[in-house]
Amino acid sequence: MSRILIIVPCYNEETNIKAVVSELLAVRERHGYDLDVLVVNDCSTDQSIRVIRQLPCLYLDLPVNLGIGGAMHGGYKYAWRNGYDVAVQVDGDGQHPADELPKILTPVLNNETDVAIGSRFIDRQGFQSTFTRRIGIQYFRWLNQALIDKTIYDSTSGFRAFNRRTLAVVNDYYPDEYPEPEAIVQFGLHGLRMREVAVQMRDRQGGTSSINTSRAFYYMLKVTLGILFVYIRLVNRK
Amino acid sequence: MASLSITIQIISLLGATIFMLAIFRLIVKGQLREEYSIVWIVCTFFLLIFSIWRRGLDEIALLLGVYYPPSLIFLGAIFAIIVFLVHLSAVNSRLQNQIKTLSHEVAYLKQEMQARTEQPQPTPITEVADQEVTV
Repeated sequence: MSRILIIVPCYNEETNIKAVVSELLAVRERHGYDLDVLVVNDCSTDQSIRVIRQLPCLYLDLPVNLGIGGAMHGGYKYAWRNGYDVAVQVDGDGQHPADELPKILTPVLNNETDVAIGSRFIDRQGFQSTFTRRIGIQYFRWLNQALIDKTIYDSTSGFRAFNRRTLAVVNDYYPDEYPEPEAIVQFGLHGLRMREVAVQMRDRQGGTSSINTSRAFYYMLKVTLGILFVYIRLVNRK
Repeated sequence: MASLSITIQIISLLGATIFMLAIFRLIVKGQLREEYSIVWIVCTFFLLIFSIWRRGLDEIALLLGVYYPPSLIFLGAIFAIIVFLVHLSAVNSRLQNQIKTLSHEVAYLKQEMQARTEQPQPTPITEVADQEVTV
């Protein structure tokens, strides 16, 4: 049976993290997965770490704040070193419902794909994000299409499952800030198979998003640069 | 006129020497790594040269066809500053990567220590029983 590691990045999620972890553990019971939950506390400034210590799951406590990419990189490295076959990112804010987990796990477990991405925009159900964000997502879709000739509708979705082949790639390099769209280009150029799976997401259950309006411009610029440079770097290596 | 330029020459020589001594002191005390001190030593070297060779600036400006010699100083200085800033950004990025790797390792070690001290672990699930868990 494949060993699965669920990585939950957590930054100031003291109100959500317990519910997120217990939902995941409930899914483990229901489906009989060989599954561990690893919460990565990204140096939260609230009481998150005290909540996490009480939870019946693994956790990493980062000594400095690394951002979502750095936290996830830590989780993926952990999965790689400890011999997990599959790693899944589930956000600590409760946006990714644990009930949807089997949908992104199944194609990876059946070796139909290397990367499964939970997408909001296939069935168009559940939380659809805001209008401006959808424009941004559209732009990344176009950029990905242009660079790796692959259409990923929900390129900012963090709800993803990786197999071990993908873990080998992200063990070496994973983008730091806002990693999701950049990672798609990275995977495409490494020749990994990607598949989007329709899932429903919720609006965040509490806490605040890391991207507010004033940061949106920086976000677009940073991610565009990241995508272009990861493209140049990997294309030349081939 | 001649005494004035002697004065400024002495001042700039003194300034350059003090600057160089300050750099050396920092290196000796281990507060400045040699790799970063090179650029500063080169800077003081140029300062010293132009303090001694007073006509140097005018002659080089003439050679390069620069109409107003002092602008050559600004050009050179700004160029050097920009190059050094880029160098510092690169150093910063490298440090950031190293810090990331180190924090990962620290987190893994903490996790391993935790796991060792807590063995044997209490059986999971029970603690979340109050939450939901309807099997």
